[in-house]
Amino acid sequence: MLNNKITFSQVLINLFVGLFALLCILPFVLVIITSLSTERSITMNGYSFFPSEWSLEAYSVMFGPSSSIPRSYLVTTTATLIGTLAAVIITYGAGYTLANRQCRYRNGLALYFFITMIFSSGLVPWYMISKAIHTYDNIWALIVPSLLFSPFNLFLVRNFIKEIPESLNESARIDGAGEVRIAFQIYFPLSLPVLATITLFYAIGYWNNYFNAVMLINNEKMYPLQMMLFKIQSEIRMMSQMVQGVNLNPPKESFKMATSVVTMGPIILLYPFLQRYFIKGIVVGAVKG
Amino acid sequence: MKNKTDTAVRPGFSEGKAAAKPKTGFLREIWQNKFLYFLVLPAALYTFVYGYLTLPYLAIAFERYDFRKGIFSDFIGLKNFRFFFDSSWAWVVTRNTVVLNFLFILVGSVCAILLALLLNEVRGKKFLKASQSSMLFPFFISWIIVSYMLEGLLNTQTGMLNRLIENFGGERISFYTQPKYWYPILILLRIWKNTGYSSIIYLAAITGIDEGLYEAAYIDGANRWKRIWYITMPLLLPTVMILTLMDIGRIFYGDFGMFYAIIRDNGSLMPIAEVIDTYVFRTFKLTGDPGVSMAIGLYQSIVGFVLVFGSNWITRKYYPEGALF
Repeated sequence: MLNNKITFSQVLINLFVGLFALLCILPFVLVIITSLSTERSITMNGYSFFPSEWSLEAYSVMFGPSSSIPRSYLVTTTATLIGTLAAVIITYGAGYTLANRQCRYRNGLALYFFITMIFSSGLVPWYMISKAIHTYDNIWALIVPSLLFSPFNLFLVRNFIKEIPESLNESARIDGAGEVRIAFQIYFPLSLPVLATITLFYAIGYWNNYFNAVMLINNEKMYPLQMMLFKIQSEIRMMSQMVQGVNLNPPKESFKMATSVVTMGPIILLYPFLQRYFIKGIVVGAVKG
Repeated sequence: MKNKTDTAVRPGFSEGKAAAKPKTGFLREIWQNKFLYFLVLPAALYTFVYGYLTLPYLAIAFERYDFRKGIFSDFIGLKNFRFFFDSSWAWVVTRNTVVLNFLFILVGSVCAILLALLLNEVRGKKFLKASQSSMLFPFFISWIIVSYMLEGLLNTQTGMLNRLIENFGGERISFYTQPKYWYPILILLRIWKNTGYSSIIYLAAITGIDEGLYEAAYIDGANRWKRIWYITMPLLLPTVMILTLMDIGRIFYGDFGMFYAIIRDNGSLMPIAEVIDTYVFRTFKLTGDPGVSMAIGLYQSIVGFVLVFGSNWITRKYYPEGALF
């Protein structure tokens, strides 16, 4: 910016930033390493970056015949894919209309959505309505309640589209483009940065959600991954409290961590791609102009 | 140098009245723009069901709930509320929610602003990108996985921290049975998970500031601290205000996803870490009585609503640029 000298404070700043960045990553490294160590080395040496014995047992159990992890994976993936796709379309449609100056009731509609942002009736009505509309104990319970639409994302999209010059709409109209074409072939591609951002918000929301499963799913076959992870923990607590009777010693800690690793898997794989769009989308969506 | 960092979250339904347009009837307007209203319909319907349709259920708070009668159960006045407010939990969960959220907001914003200021001073482009990527990563990870990491650190037998303490000749600490450690632990967790994310918005606001201002200040002899204090900070204030305001509006809502994943059903930590949301959940799950849960939920909604309006009103009075609506 102003002076390009490498000063002492510059070094200090880089050191501090680097340290915090490292602190954010190290726990994930620990999870991966623990998932690859033997149960014995964990009980003997505790969690460690340098386990005494390495093993793939946890993974072989996880993908073994009696494991319920693969099915949970399928449940989570299905909910995330269907949910995110629907959520983004719904949100884009609403945001487009609310940004369109042709729509006379757009401000009234904005208020209609905004009210639900500042007043929510809480858990009980949410539960009862979910039950009443049969989003209960099936895949829809993991897709519809809470997760399918967020007014926050709606306003993000609306404000983004609002910044696109109105003359575009007019000229497209003059050129003979129909309503559908203007909405989906002209404005949709122009909104890609903000759409990428809300896609990520929704997808992460679905992938990481366990509340819906805690509240609305009884059938264990319908458990999503996060719920499975949650349950493993309490089951292990119970197992460790019981007297060691049967000669059965499954890999507990490493299994937990291995499940965490596969749960984080898609996020880690897509991460370089995701975070690029994410930072851009947030910055473009929030600091336009 | 227009700093519009947060227009994204402002609803703005009071501005921009439509330019001169012939007034037409309601039905005519709907018909004319039928495609637009068709596009907004799914979201409107969803909001109707999960927003407005929930309102009749509020009646349950004043009733002895009967599954056959539903929301038309017998009216019992404020009995459900009394049940909650007469127990010691009313104070405990309210205090935990407000105090913890307050600390999250305070420490969280200070750290995020500090980090944004630091990131702004980093010169190496690659280093900046790499560190920002890793700082953002925890934001995408579920609280359940975070709870496992935490256990890896704090577990009495196998936790790294306890092993470390032992190696230095100390005594192992049973973190999961002692509430006194948990305010700092929860705050640190929150900071660890969210600071990378919140600093993005602040950093964007900072980089949006006109470079010319800094150059002028530099020529006038302002050092780095003075430039931060007299240029960056004042221009960052609207962003800080609006984000803080949004958080204060939500100060009465505990983050269920976080607290239930970290604390679970650990009774010894509840005095310090049970928040309204987890308490409502527990009452509902354990007693199966929607009446009391609804009463607590209503208490939360009303106070929360008043807080949003109150904080917005104060902001609008003293600092209009920061107001939410």
